[in-house]
Amino acid sequence: MSDGGAILTGFLAAAVRISTPLLLAATGEMINERAGVINLGVEGAMLAGALASAIGAAAGGPWLGVVAAVLAGVAMAGLFSAAAIGARTDQIITGTAVTLLAVGLTGAIYRRAFGSGGPGLSLPTMGAVPIPGLRAIPVIGPALFEQPALTYVGWVLVPIAWWFLFRSWWGLALRATGESAEAARASGVPVRRVQTLATLGGGALAGLAGATLVLAQVGTFAEKMTAGRGFIAIAIVVLGRWHPVGVLLAALFFGGANALQYAFQAMGLSVPYQLFLVMPYALALLALAGAVGRARAPAGLGR
Amino acid sequence: MSKLLGRPLVVGALALAAGFLVLALGLGLAGYDPALSLGALWRGAFGSWYALSSATLVRAVPLIVLGLGVALAFRAGALNIGAEGQFYAGAIAATWVGVHAVGWPAPVAVGAVWVAATVAGVVWIGVPVLLKLRFGVLEVISTLLLNFVAEAAVSYAVTGPLQEARRVYPESDPIAEAARLPLLHDSRLHAGLGVALLLAVALWLLFTRTAWGFRLRAVGLGPRAAEVSGRIPVKRVIAGALLWSGAFAGLGGGIEISGVTYRLFQNLSPGYGFTAIAVALLARLNPLGVIATGLLFGALEAGAQGMQREAGVPAVAVSVAEAVIILVILLAEVLARRATERSVAGLAAEEAA
Repeated sequence: MSDGGAILTGFLAAAVRISTPLLLAATGEMINERAGVINLGVEGAMLAGALASAIGAAAGGPWLGVVAAVLAGVAMAGLFSAAAIGARTDQIITGTAVTLLAVGLTGAIYRRAFGSGGPGLSLPTMGAVPIPGLRAIPVIGPALFEQPALTYVGWVLVPIAWWFLFRSWWGLALRATGESAEAARASGVPVRRVQTLATLGGGALAGLAGATLVLAQVGTFAEKMTAGRGFIAIAIVVLGRWHPVGVLLAALFFGGANALQYAFQAMGLSVPYQLFLVMPYALALLALAGAVGRARAPAGLGR
Repeated sequence: MSKLLGRPLVVGALALAAGFLVLALGLGLAGYDPALSLGALWRGAFGSWYALSSATLVRAVPLIVLGLGVALAFRAGALNIGAEGQFYAGAIAATWVGVHAVGWPAPVAVGAVWVAATVAGVVWIGVPVLLKLRFGVLEVISTLLLNFVAEAAVSYAVTGPLQEARRVYPESDPIAEAARLPLLHDSRLHAGLGVALLLAVALWLLFTRTAWGFRLRAVGLGPRAAEVSGRIPVKRVIAGALLWSGAFAGLGGGIEISGVTYRLFQNLSPGYGFTAIAVALLARLNPLGVIATGLLFGALEAGAQGMQREAGVPAVAVSVAEAVIILVILLAEVLARRATERSVAGLAAEEAA
């Protein structure tokens, strides 16, 4: 393979790897936003999922970690739902508080569970699962089809989410709830139950996203390691226009922007590394500015 | 019960109690000694004159100033979640001016540092304001995202243009003596506390005595009603509130540089911008209340450091208490509102009968 081809493969592989947690979290957030619930606690759910996956994986292997992460994400979303849907507190501030709670909890539990002495924790990460046949495609094969299992989970969720939202009765009820809770209630949709379930589902995927970060990427946990990825996922939902395929493309776009760092390094270009740190956030802002005018949010979002 | 929930002090006490209860429970569950931890928290905040003056009060200053900024925006219904980023923007600008202020008269140097910080805060929140007015981007998300950009900017500044002369440590040179605030004898407490208190009183007067304060409130309570009434330029009020909010947060960064650290480095703020949200909410967005809640959270943050030193509990654990306090206040507000609605409905029914 030529040098350029190798760089391209490396870039694409990195883009897909980085995009996976964003895709998972954003798909979940899209579902609850379609039901009219904006959950800024997705960052906290992701962080809780990350720590739970580390503890689970250390105790019983990666898949136990995945289960623990999903449960932790659901727990965080459950707390958010109890306040914001059950008691109808302000969704934005409630979500911020839940994230704050997760930062404190994970910080305290992490040091207790793994000690404060730096990177004392090294977990077995999930290896790549090559897909026979597809991986033989030049350049993109090894990039797209030699990924950890959780990446494929993210992809499979895209058509599932599409079918659920646009072809199932529950999806219809969910979207109706997000557009006008009053009208949905009048036609017999159990609005609060729909919103709660959608939010719990969003939390489960956010937890899974945290597990991906730990088990398929970093191999350890660090305080505040999600570093705003949950908030970027919210921007991705807007950029993806609340549509599963749009969200997939937007997540890949962000993964690509992040992966440029590796491509630049491979090509020997030197740019201050902070520029790459800033890139996803700056892109998110630009994307929001460009996307908001054209896309329409669910009419009842945040109410 | 529901009547009590309408009283700020009762709700505040309730929220505090719940916050500490959950913190103690959580610490117990995580395997720490709750009594030792909370004791250490108390000693870290109030255990000595030094703890009170140089830990609690020093930390209360940025929390009051940022809390005022957050309260200002929230009053108009604009959710500035980016005080942390505006604080850092202010700190960068303050440091840049401060290191150049060698030989200036002290009032000029301090004034220049603060003006630079304030302007930087305004510029930093100017981006979300522009995005909101031009493209309808939610300020919640844009201010949040810019926090991360500001942290990266600090990281760049202290390893690049503002790095100390020997180019070893990731921090700036200290600012000129002239730009530093006078300290209270035998402590680290600086004159910024006076500024914070003055700002709080000034903002309270503006809120309660001026048409501007009234417009802010009207827009915050019901932007549509304010718009329909035709007398209030809703967009301009919201934009103004956000810009002023950024000014406060930026100034907070400038005060921190000129009064406490004298230099810029990463993690200068232990999350002051986020804690300020709790400060403002607990004070019910009342500037005089912000003084009290700022002191309270200053004590909490100072105590957290004591807890880490004495009991080995990571300082970040206090955000659990902060989060619970925010949640309890939100819940109490909802319950109080419902009770009011119920009694209004009850009165209406009596009238009708």
